[in-house]
Amino acid sequence: MEAGQATAGDARGTTGRAPAWLLGLVPLLLIVAAIGSFSALGGPGLGERRGPPAEELAVERTVLEPGRIELTVRNDGPDPVSVAQVVVNDAFVSFDGAGGPIGRLSSEKLVIAQPWIEGEAYEVALLTSSGGTITHEIPVAVQTPAADAGFYGLMALLGIYVGVIPIALGMLWLPWIRRIPPAWLRALMALTVGLLGFLAIDATLEGVELAGEGSQAFGGVALVFLGAAVAYLALTGVSSWLSQRRHAGAAAGARAPALALLIAVGIGLHNLGEGLAIGTAYTTGALALGAFLVVGFALHNTTEGLAIVAPIADSRPSLGRLAALGLIAGAPAVLGAWIGASAFNNSVAAFLFGAGAGAIAQVIVQLAPSLRSEGERGLQPRVVAGLLAGLALMFTTGLLVSV
Amino acid sequence: MVRPQPLGRGRRPDPERRGKIFRYAIISLVIRLTRRRLLSAVPAAGLGATALHTAIPHSHGSANAAEQHAGAAAAASLGHAGGGHAAFRGREVDHRANGFDPHLILRDFDEGKVSRLANGRTLREWTIAAAEQEIEVAPGVKFAAWSYNGRIPGPTLRAREGDRLRIRFVNGGRHPHTMHFHGIHPASADGVAGLGDGEVPPGGETVYEFDAAPYGLHLYHCHVRPLAEHIAKGLYGAFLIDPADAREEADEMVMVMNGFDTNFDRANEVYAANTIGFAYSEKPIRIKRGELVRLYLVNVLEYDLINSFHLHGNFFDYIPTGTSKQASELTDTVMLCQGQRGILEMRFPYTGKYMFHAHQSEFTELGWMGFFEVTD
Repeated sequence: MEAGQATAGDARGTTGRAPAWLLGLVPLLLIVAAIGSFSALGGPGLGERRGPPAEELAVERTVLEPGRIELTVRNDGPDPVSVAQVVVNDAFVSFDGAGGPIGRLSSEKLVIAQPWIEGEAYEVALLTSSGGTITHEIPVAVQTPAADAGFYGLMALLGIYVGVIPIALGMLWLPWIRRIPPAWLRALMALTVGLLGFLAIDATLEGVELAGEGSQAFGGVALVFLGAAVAYLALTGVSSWLSQRRHAGAAAGARAPALALLIAVGIGLHNLGEGLAIGTAYTTGALALGAFLVVGFALHNTTEGLAIVAPIADSRPSLGRLAALGLIAGAPAVLGAWIGASAFNNSVAAFLFGAGAGAIAQVIVQLAPSLRSEGERGLQPRVVAGLLAGLALMFTTGLLVSV
Repeated sequence: MVRPQPLGRGRRPDPERRGKIFRYAIISLVIRLTRRRLLSAVPAAGLGATALHTAIPHSHGSANAAEQHAGAAAAASLGHAGGGHAAFRGREVDHRANGFDPHLILRDFDEGKVSRLANGRTLREWTIAAAEQEIEVAPGVKFAAWSYNGRIPGPTLRAREGDRLRIRFVNGGRHPHTMHFHGIHPASADGVAGLGDGEVPPGGETVYEFDAAPYGLHLYHCHVRPLAEHIAKGLYGAFLIDPADAREEADEMVMVMNGFDTNFDRANEVYAANTIGFAYSEKPIRIKRGELVRLYLVNVLEYDLINSFHLHGNFFDYIPTGTSKQASELTDTVMLCQGQRGILEMRFPYTGKYMFHAHQSEFTELGWMGFFEVTD
């Protein structure tokens, strides 16, 4: 304050003015000085903390190998945590790792000797130095697949089955879409919006659920909304940049290809999350890889292909461009499956699900104007029916894969 | 028993939602937290973990069973695996810092300050002080305990049938405490609230005086509300009255079976005899072959309904409550509820190491096990 007043006085007293950057810098320096002296003095007047230390550990990754269980834990509480002993199913076990206190936000790998039996449930309790227990459930013990080339190949195949192929198939509706009258096309666009709306809600809910299970120190549920905001704003920026470029070149009417690209990106982000979930589920043994599941996913995701081509019914994109759109939307499922199976992290997954939801929301905003016919207010019954049909379609095909 | 705890955050996988796993993985990263979370007043959403267990189809007949077995052998080399038995990880508990060692408590009998009354009877006097002290109940695990005379269990008070006993009790804790003796005595010396001096306030003291009767193995413990907490924190000990005509000479030892609830969920995290789990398996109790061993066994375990003692490679004569000279049973396993106790007498015909433990396997692997090492 004093420095600020002195500067102001100088400015008034002399003919010259302090440069703007200096005026911006002074409060910043004062903040740094205040924080520095506050912490250097050890927070004067605050006294000691009351009560026992707050011990929180989040288990980020569980790997089961014959005769051993590996847990990667992260301290997401305010105080260091010492894991003194480990109990598995009510028996003390020997383990390696976490020899000293685990500091805030740092992580440790515990390697626990346990002759686990396939298909059985285990409860691992970490007994801390203060006597607290942090327990972790392993609902079904199955060996974690080794991350070798064959495994990544399988995950890629899975990603192609559930992501790339169905979307490519869905895009084959393009010739048909070109033939139908504009009113019906609007209904089809409404159907697309319905599909996307369902996906946005679904991704948000799943993200919130994952965030709740993961480490809270990185923001928990806030990550989902952060992800959504980032994706929404990023896509808004990209789309306005694209439309500016196009306006400079050709005239109007070139909005559709950009829109298709945005939809592809949005669906791609969503499929990244979907692949992530599939990869993780497979690794933890929660996923039975059956033909039924793949068929279910295929039906479900085919509708996503339709969503991409609906806005470009009037234009004539090249085959290569269509293939690129399909890959942008579908291929992230492969990437997601790889990440999910090898380095899953709830916080990252929650952020990605949020990003998927945000991207889709942005696409919906972009598509919304096309649902209205020229000079009309409100939505046509046909459009409303399309919206509802989209939701219903996603809901019912979703049932196929949530048996 | 590590009881399933209320959720701090996250969710336990709900069986009904398991289907959803197929679409978006509901990963098993379910974190349930302890008192730290509870302190922040998260309402408990207690669901049994067993429900989960039953809801999951079990696929037995594992294809990689052989592989798992091989892996188990490999994993045995992990850390120090306690010779294949359950064990704590890391160094021993710091007995010096604790102020007591289960190996010393084992054969430590306190006969008090002995004098003779005018009528010729023996008078035994003790001063017992309650205190609050932090002890290490397992390597690296601290527990805020309450103790009699700085040790858990408290001193083993030993008298002879018919002696006059005078116990001065000083409360050095921050909560009211008492000493409640099992035995035959007037109500005023019972050490419960509202009788005699009742609860002894912090800094206060009282004297319990009564005759030693009946002969047998008894116990004493604090009897202040909340009872479970006052006992579970360590306020108990063995109280032994020898018959007027002494029992046969023997290698005598005391084991007070107890446990500790370190996370205050009213279930024990650690089980033991004489407080420190695995103490007698890390370092076996040495005894001589053919020598009569007399074990005074008391169960004070809180929160669990029963406890037990099982001996390997041998049988013992069992005298319930020690109130007879005739054994009631030759057995290798006895079951005791809280407050129950008895005398075990045995001789080992062979040398070698013989395990003893609670025959609740869970208690065994949570600390309550040990070895006799028999030598010539």
